[in-house]
Amino acid sequence: MLVSTKWLNEYVNINGINPADLAEKITRSGIEVDSIIDRSHGMTNVVVGYVKECVKHPEADKLNICQVDVGEETTQIICGAPNIAQGQKVIVARPGAVLPGGMKIKKAKLRGEESNGMICSLQELGIEGKLVAKAYAEGIYVLPQDTIPGENALPLLGLDDTVLEFDLTPNRSDALSMLGVAYEVGAILSQGIALPKIDFTESAEKAEDKLKLRVDAPADNPMYVAKVVKNIKVAESPLWLQNYLMAAGVRPHNNVVDITNYVLMEYGQPLHAFDYDRLGTGEIVVRHAEEGEKITTLDDTERTLNSHNLVITNGKEPVAIAGVMGGANSEVHNGTTTVVIESAYFAPASVRQTSKEVGLRSDASTRFEKGVDPNRVQEAAERAAQLMAELAGGEVLSGSVIVDELDKTAERITISPDYINSRLGMKISMDDMLSILERLKIPTEAINGQLVIEAPTRRQDLRIKEDIIEEVARMYGYDEIPKTLPVSESTPGGLTPYQAKRRIVRQFLEGAGLYQAITYSLTSKEQSQAYALETAPVTELLMPMSEERSILRQSLIPHLLDATTYNVARRIDSVALYETGSVFLGEEEDGLPREVEHVAAVLTGKWVDHAWQGETKKVDFFVMKGIVEGMMERLGLLDGLAFEQAAIDGMHPGRTANIFLNGERIGLVGQIHPTEQKKRDLKETYVMELNLERILSVDTDELLYAPVPRFPSISRDIALVVDSGTSAGTLEAIIRKAGGKLLKDVKLFDLYEGNNVEEGKKSLAFSMTYFDPERTLTDEEVVKAHEKVLNALTNDADAQLRG
Amino acid sequence: MEQQLQQLKEEALTKIQDASTVKELNDVRVAYLGKKGPITDLLKGMGKLPAEERPKMGALVNVVREVVTESLEARMTLLEEEAINAQLAKEAIDVTLPGRPIQTGNHHPLTRVVEEIEDFFISMGYEIAEGPEVEKDYYNFEALNLPKGHPARDMQDSFYISEEVLLRTHTSPVQARTMEAKGGEAIKIICPGKVYRRDNDDATHSHQFTQIEGLVVGENIKMSDLKGTLDLFAKKMFGADREIRLRPSFFPFTEPSVEMDISCFKCGGDGCNVCKKTGWIEILGAGMVHPNVLQMAGYDPAAVTGFAFGMGPERIAMLKNGVEDIRHFYTNDVRFISQFHRSEA
Ligand SMILES: [Zn+2]
Repeated sequence: MLVSTKWLNEYVNINGINPADLAEKITRSGIEVDSIIDRSHGMTNVVVGYVKECVKHPEADKLNICQVDVGEETTQIICGAPNIAQGQKVIVARPGAVLPGGMKIKKAKLRGEESNGMICSLQELGIEGKLVAKAYAEGIYVLPQDTIPGENALPLLGLDDTVLEFDLTPNRSDALSMLGVAYEVGAILSQGIALPKIDFTESAEKAEDKLKLRVDAPADNPMYVAKVVKNIKVAESPLWLQNYLMAAGVRPHNNVVDITNYVLMEYGQPLHAFDYDRLGTGEIVVRHAEEGEKITTLDDTERTLNSHNLVITNGKEPVAIAGVMGGANSEVHNGTTTVVIESAYFAPASVRQTSKEVGLRSDASTRFEKGVDPNRVQEAAERAAQLMAELAGGEVLSGSVIVDELDKTAERITISPDYINSRLGMKISMDDMLSILERLKIPTEAINGQLVIEAPTRRQDLRIKEDIIEEVARMYGYDEIPKTLPVSESTPGGLTPYQAKRRIVRQFLEGAGLYQAITYSLTSKEQSQAYALETAPVTELLMPMSEERSILRQSLIPHLLDATTYNVARRIDSVALYETGSVFLGEEEDGLPREVEHVAAVLTGKWVDHAWQGETKKVDFFVMKGIVEGMMERLGLLDGLAFEQAAIDGMHPGRTANIFLNGERIGLVGQIHPTEQKKRDLKETYVMELNLERILSVDTDELLYAPVPRFPSISRDIALVVDSGTSAGTLEAIIRKAGGKLLKDVKLFDLYEGNNVEEGKKSLAFSMTYFDPERTLTDEEVVKAHEKVLNALTNDADAQLRG
Repeated sequence: MEQQLQQLKEEALTKIQDASTVKELNDVRVAYLGKKGPITDLLKGMGKLPAEERPKMGALVNVVREVVTESLEARMTLLEEEAINAQLAKEAIDVTLPGRPIQTGNHHPLTRVVEEIEDFFISMGYEIAEGPEVEKDYYNFEALNLPKGHPARDMQDSFYISEEVLLRTHTSPVQARTMEAKGGEAIKIICPGKVYRRDNDDATHSHQFTQIEGLVVGENIKMSDLKGTLDLFAKKMFGADREIRLRPSFFPFTEPSVEMDISCFKCGGDGCNVCKKTGWIEILGAGMVHPNVLQMAGYDPAAVTGFAFGMGPERIAMLKNGVEDIRHFYTNDVRFISQFHRSEA
C-alpha cells in the first residue's frame, strides 16, 4: 500500500510532521513502513511553459524548435517529442534543474540551434511509465490550459509529496484504504479525522426504474449495490485526482474509471463502472458461471470459467468476473453517457479462489479476498456517485438498486483491565485503556469495571480479547512492557540421551577429520533410492518445482557424492564430509512416511597429507571402516559390530561390506563403483551410511571400570598360511573361540601375498595376548592354551604354521 | 727413578692435553694408567727398591697417578661435553618447518548457530523437541490457527505430498504436537529443524532452510516474560550491550504478535550497512500463543497462557559471520565450511 502524505492530510492533520518521524511512529505502533519515497526527488527549476511557437528543426526531422514562455522570459527549447504542438502548456526543466535520473539540465546546442532547457515527460520527472496515462506514455505531458507559465510545476503535478510504502501484514486489511490509514494515524497522533462529506442532488428519475438486479448466488455475493448516473461526459480527470492515483500506484484512464479507483483507494471498497447502454439489457444478474463459459476481460484476454466462479451478467452473458476484473464488452469508453456503479460484498474465499484460478490479482481482488467493510459498501457507492456528479457532469438517479443479506453487526468483546494487565505483565489504568480505545475510534463503554467493546467492522482483525490486548499494548508502547522471566517450577532442561549421543557422533566424526555437510532432502527420481539401506516406496511431491527436487531421499550418500564432485571440480582433491539427516521411507498408515535419521560419510583423495616427512596416505576401505569402528567404540557398541562382504548396487563388488550390530543390518561401508566414480568425475571414493536412529537407541550398560592389571600378560605371535579366500575375520573368530578365557586380545599385525607364498595362498600374522587378572600365568598354561588355538586353526581353517 | 717418574708425568699430561677425542684420551688412559702401562710397571718394579724407599716412592707414584687421573678426568669431561655439543649441533632441526597436521573437521555453520541457541535455552531449563519434516496439514496449519482457505497460507507456499500431507513450512508443528502430547502440562521447549517452502533458490531464498522456535506454556505466562527471555537471549547471542525492541506484527498462531529487533552489533545503533542505516536489525518473530492454538491442543486458554518465538539460523549466521548468499549453506564447499573451524567461547 502506497500512502501519499499529501492525500492523507485531507483526512488527518499531519502538517509539520516530518515523514520519517511519522513513518517511525507508524512502524513502532503496528504497521511496518518499508520505505519513504520523496516524489520531488529534490527537483528544482521545473516550471510551467507555454509553447508559443513550434517549428521543425531544419537540420533534424524529429526535432522541433519551440519558443516557450516560461514566465519571466520566452526562451528557445528544442524538443523531440512526437506530441509537442504550438499552444500547449508543458513542463519545462530550466537550466540548472536536476532530474531524478541524475540528468543535469544545461544550455546546449542541438544541431546548431540553441536549447535553453528541456520539455519533460512524466517519466523524466520520476514517474513510472506504467502509471502514466496512455495519451502521454510516449511523449511529453501536456498540462491543463489554466496553468500559468513560470509557475512551479511540482505542486501542480502533486510531486511535492512524500509517499510511505506500507508492508501490511494479512490481518491489517483495514489499512488498504486511505481512510483506514487515517484512523491509524489519527490514533497514533491523538487526533480526530475528517471523513469525506457526501452530499449531492439526485434527479427525479429512480435508479430502480432504469435497472433490474438479481443475485442468484447470495452466499458468495450477500450484498450488491448499483447506482445509475446519466449524462456523463467522459474526459480526463482533474489533475489532483490523477496525481493522487499515480501516487497510489494507479494509472489514470478517464474520469469515470479514475473515480472508481479513487474511491477504492479512499474507502478500500472496490467499485466497478459499467456502460449502461453497452450492458444492453437494463439488467444485472449475479450468478455462478457455467462450466467453460468464456469472457474477455478488460486486458483483452479471453478467459474460460468454472462453475464456481462468480460472474456479473447482463442477464445473458458475463460482463465481469465478480471482484476480479470487468469485461471488455461493458467497459466505459469515451462515448459513454450512462454509467452503472457497482459496489458489492463478494465472499473472500470465492474471490480468492477465482483470482488464483484465472491468474489475476488486482487492487480489487486483494481487498475482497481479505473481506471489505460491510458498513462501507453502500457509502462507497454514494461517494462515487457524488464524484461523478462533481467531476464528470453526471446526473445521479435517485436511490440505489440493492440486494442485501449481509450481516453488518459489530463484534462485541467484553474484557477486564485486569485481564489485559495480567497477560501483558503491566499495570495500565482503565482510564488509559479507555483513552487508547477512544483514540482508535473503537466504541467502548466501561460497565462494572469491564470494557465493553463494539469492534468496528472496518477492523476485521478485532474478534477476541487478545486482539484488544494487542490494540492497548501497541498504542501504549511495547517499550513500556517490563522485562521479566517466567515464574514456574524450575525444570532442569537438557538434551535427551538420543540428542546427546547425536552430538557425540558429530564430535567424533569431526575429530576424525570430517566436515559436517547439510544437503537437500529433495532429490531426483534417479537418486531417490540409490544406496538406500531399506527398500520402501518413495515419497513424491505433488507439484515439484523441478525434476531435480521432486522426491524425498532414502539415502544420504547421493547428495554427499554430489557435494564431493562439486568440491573436486574446484580442485579440492581431498574431501571428507559427513551428514546426519533424515531419510524418508514409504507411506505409513497415517499418510506420513517413516523418517529415519541416518549418518553418512564420504572420503576421497588423501587421508594423511604430511608430504615433507614422507607421510601421505590415500583414503582406502580401512580408513572408512576405522571411522565406523571408532564411532561405535565411542558409543560403547563395538562388541556387537560385524562386517560382511556385500554386493550393493553402485558399490565396488569386492570392496563393500554390510555392517551388522548384534546381528541386525544397520549400514554399509565401501568404495563407490568405479563406473559410478567415473560418471561423477571422482577418483577412489569411499562412503558409509548407518541407521543412526537404530544405533543411538541401543541401551548400553553402565560403564564399570575393570581393575588395572596387577599381573603381567604374555604375548605369543603366530604366522599362518591360508587360502586367499579365508578372511581375517574368520581366523580371528577361530582364535578367539579356541583361546578361551585366558586369551585377552588378538591383533593382526601382518598380511602378505606374493613371493615366497604359494599361489592362491596368503600369509597372516597375529599377536595374541594371554592374561589372567587373578595371578601370573605359568608358561605351561600359556602353551596349553596356545596349542589349542593352533590346533583349531589347523583343523578349522586348514592353516599352516609358518617358520 | 724419581726423575723417571717426573718425566712420565709430564709426558702423560702433555698427551692428555693433546688428545682431541674421547677415543684418543682413552688410548692415553690405557697407555699410562692401564695394567700394562708404565705407572703400573713402576709400581711392579718397587719390589726391587730398598725397603725404606718403598713407602716414599709408593706415595710419589700414587701422587703422579692421581695427578694424571685427575687431568685425564677433567679432559674427559671436557671432550665428552664437546662431543655432545657436536652431536646436538648435528641434530638441530629447522623449527620453521610445518608441523604434522592434526586434521579435524568441524560443525556446519548452521549447526554451530543451532547448538549455541540450544545450549543457551537448555541453561534456562528448556528441553529440545523434534518432529517429522513431512507433516500433516493439520499440525502444520490447522492446529496453528490456519484453517484451510486462510489468507495467511499465501505467505508460505508449500510442497504438498498429498491433500493432507506436506513438507513442513515451519517448525511450529512440533509445538502443536508437543502440546497435544503433554496433555495440559507446562512446557518449555526449543524446536530446531529443517523446513521447506516453494521458493526458487537465490541469494536470499532457499527451498530448504532451518528454523528454531521456542515455546513456553504454563500458568501466568505474560508478555513481559517473553520480553525478558528474548532480552537475555539477545545479549547472550549478540553481545552484552545489545538492546532489544519489539514491534507489532502478525502471525496467525500468536496474538499479540511482535517482531524483535536488536540494536546493531556492528555500529552499536549509529547506522551502518548491516542495519541498513537504521541502527536496528530484525532477528525474530514472537508472540503470545493464540487461544485457538491452546484450545486445539487441549489446553484451557482461560487457565494457561504461553509465548512462542522463532528465528532462522541462516539469517543469524549470515549476520554474525557476514555471509552474503544463503546458497553457501547448501553447496557444502569445503572452503566455506572449513572457515567455521574456530571455537568461540
Ligand atoms: Zn549498524
